[in-house]
Amino acid sequence: MQIYTFAAEKSNLKSMSKEIRLKKGLNINLLGEADKVYASVKPTERYVVKPTDFHGLTPKLVVKVGDKVKAGTTLFFDKYNDKVNFSAPVSGEVIDIVRGAKRKILEVVLKADAVIEYEHFISDTAKSISREQIIETMLKSGVWPFVRQKPYDIVANPTDMPKAIFISAFNSAPLTIDNDFALYGMDELFQKGLDYIVQLTIGKTHLNIDGNTNPSKVFTGAKGVEINKISGAHPAGNVGIQVHHIDPINKGEVVWYLQPQDVIAIARLFTEGKYDVSRIVALAGSQVKKPKYYRTIAGATVANLLFDNINEGDNRIISGDILTGQHIDINGTLGFYDTTITVIEEGKEQEFLGWILPGLHKFSASKTFLSWLTPSKKYTLNANMHGEERAYVMTGEYEKVLPMDIFPAHLIKACMIEDIELMENLGIYEVSPEDFALCEFVCTSKIEVQTIIRNALELVRKENS
Amino acid sequence: MKLFKNILESVKPLFVKGGKLEKMYPAYDAFETFLFVPDHTTKSGSHIRDAVDLKRTMAFVVLSLIPCIIFGMWNIGDQYFNAISVETNFLNNLIFGFWKFLPLLAVSYAVGLSVEFAFAISRGHSVNEGYLVTGMLIPLIMPVDVPLWMLAVSVVFAVVIGKEVFGGTGMNILNPALTARAFLFFAYPSYMSGDKVWVHGAGVDGYSGETILGALASNTSSWDNLKWNFNDALIGYIPGSVGETSFIAIIIGALILIFSGVGSWRIILSTFLGGYLTALLFNLWGVNFLMSTPAHIHLLIGGFAFGAVFMSTDPVSGSQTNKGKIIYGLLIGFFAIVIRVFNPAYPEGMMLAILFMNVFAPLVDHYVVGANIKRRLKRVS
Repeated sequence: MQIYTFAAEKSNLKSMSKEIRLKKGLNINLLGEADKVYASVKPTERYVVKPTDFHGLTPKLVVKVGDKVKAGTTLFFDKYNDKVNFSAPVSGEVIDIVRGAKRKILEVVLKADAVIEYEHFISDTAKSISREQIIETMLKSGVWPFVRQKPYDIVANPTDMPKAIFISAFNSAPLTIDNDFALYGMDELFQKGLDYIVQLTIGKTHLNIDGNTNPSKVFTGAKGVEINKISGAHPAGNVGIQVHHIDPINKGEVVWYLQPQDVIAIARLFTEGKYDVSRIVALAGSQVKKPKYYRTIAGATVANLLFDNINEGDNRIISGDILTGQHIDINGTLGFYDTTITVIEEGKEQEFLGWILPGLHKFSASKTFLSWLTPSKKYTLNANMHGEERAYVMTGEYEKVLPMDIFPAHLIKACMIEDIELMENLGIYEVSPEDFALCEFVCTSKIEVQTIIRNALELVRKENS
Repeated sequence: MKLFKNILESVKPLFVKGGKLEKMYPAYDAFETFLFVPDHTTKSGSHIRDAVDLKRTMAFVVLSLIPCIIFGMWNIGDQYFNAISVETNFLNNLIFGFWKFLPLLAVSYAVGLSVEFAFAISRGHSVNEGYLVTGMLIPLIMPVDVPLWMLAVSVVFAVVIGKEVFGGTGMNILNPALTARAFLFFAYPSYMSGDKVWVHGAGVDGYSGETILGALASNTSSWDNLKWNFNDALIGYIPGSVGETSFIAIIIGALILIFSGVGSWRIILSTFLGGYLTALLFNLWGVNFLMSTPAHIHLLIGGFAFGAVFMSTDPVSGSQTNKGKIIYGLLIGFFAIVIRVFNPAYPEGMMLAILFMNVFAPLVDHYVVGANIKRRLKRVS
């Protein structure tokens, strides 16, 4: 019954696909982009599910060391929302539970079976089911955490009704996965996933495609969703930027968002009845010998992808993109939401009079280095800060790389002094740390902008809950 | 390079925690980071960072000042040899000017950096780069014959009262370099105005070292009847503070600042525009010689151009929003000319106009940001 109500209400919404051209932003041309070829490696045995991948989550464990699990077996759930389950990505045995300070759970470590066995969640896949049933199945199986909400960038609350759902079909950050390639040939599965997702909202579901290129027909051919074209430099692909221009969030409103591969995982649940979080990742970065695409599973150790494939030296391995990802070590694992693994040089070295040299090989958004003479050059950047943290001096830098009607520096300062009312006025509900990644990148004063935004969002969330 | 590294490494144990001079660490750190960009790496978030840092930015401001410095030194010599009626040449002028300018620069940096280091050590924070620029700007906006002890006192005042009491670089309300000049102007006015201080050797043989503004303000001669013409003011063969005389040198600096993105083109252009329009308006009125001076001449003479390019663009004391910058610049231009034409006792309105707008810049931003907040609230209703 429910589903018809939605269908009726939906038909009242006018279809109004938007075309948005962003003028602000910055493309950082880096060497080490992944070749569009699949490589295969020996699968790993070690899988880790990290509660820390989910912001603000307080996990409650339901397994203990030694338990046998299947792919889809709940490992822990959200203490404050006990319907939200987090599942094992593979079948096998729980071999370790790593805790940090105050016994905070950091990792649930699994040893995988050679052949994955799946829990089954769907008995009958043919019939259409209601929104409640969809949500319930997603919650039970563990795919629900793929649905995230803005504000706060946390796992969506299943009892909310989002005003819209957003899917960004492309990434604009440097060296990230190309979804056109990763989802090639998955038209049908992607559409299946969308068919379920559109039922989760009373409003529109927006699928935002890259206006700079000709996106794959997986996306352009999608039905039942609004297809918007976004063009411009990074962060055009960030869903937060897209929300801001298409249907901005006001206080009290919630939008949900997913990534294209999350849609695939949801589609697999409803077609095959299993929790299958296998995914495609791009292995990229200047320290990777042969940057390529790989098939792996969320939570898998990355060591097997990197074995004999990265250059000697002090390397930084990042689960996620170079601007927002998590710093992991060689035994680290792929984050729950991550589709890119980046390896760059650590760059922990001093540079003699580096601030005076002409700087032909240094990338800067400012034109204070001679490298502006070669705008299309590709760079190898390491994790060096290129300076020390200072008080704010320069102005107008952030504005150039944040395509939002928001005063970034004023918002950051409001966050620093923890003035919640001022943050609300300046648009804290519309922003995510990743939208400020470029601000952090260009900052002359080397301020940790993303951390400041993340902490502010947590503060506001606690205040509002 | 290896040598520097070895020296630093050998003395480092003295300064790190537990060392004899551990309190002096900020001083050590300042030298180390001056020589070597530190090996700090990112922890999370943006794993890569732009190559620019505050040292680089400040170095660019100093770079953009070089045309003014060179011309200023040359002009010190040229004005002097003219005053004593001695034939001279380019090199002579430059050498003479160099030896006049060097003590000013040395005192400015020595005193200013001492105060900066003292504050950094006592508060345990690293030495900020801001003074690299301030220390260069201060001698450029001083008369050549300013007594060195006065310069030293004004530098101390500027750094302590203008900056450190607010929390150091990035926290100050007023432009520190202009604070130094304003301090001298009000404390020792006879050394900062009149016809003696602007040209070394003025007063000898009855030569008047009066500036153009001074001459116009005394209301004895109109612009057309002065001994200087448009070209003199444009190129800078005129008496004035060390760095302010050459419009061309200043504009070269402005282009460097604007192109590199270090200085705000919004502020620079709007300041010139504000000044020009205001001067045009007063041309219509024209009751004194300053009012009737052609509008474009107003931009060339006195400290207007230097202030517009190097003082009003100080990002810390100026407006921080893009719209705010335009309003801020227009108002600086407006007030600079208003003060000039209405206050013959002190025709150099630029200094006061910028300091005045420094104080009001947060208010300008408040309204610009307020408009954004209103837009956001309107969306809901």
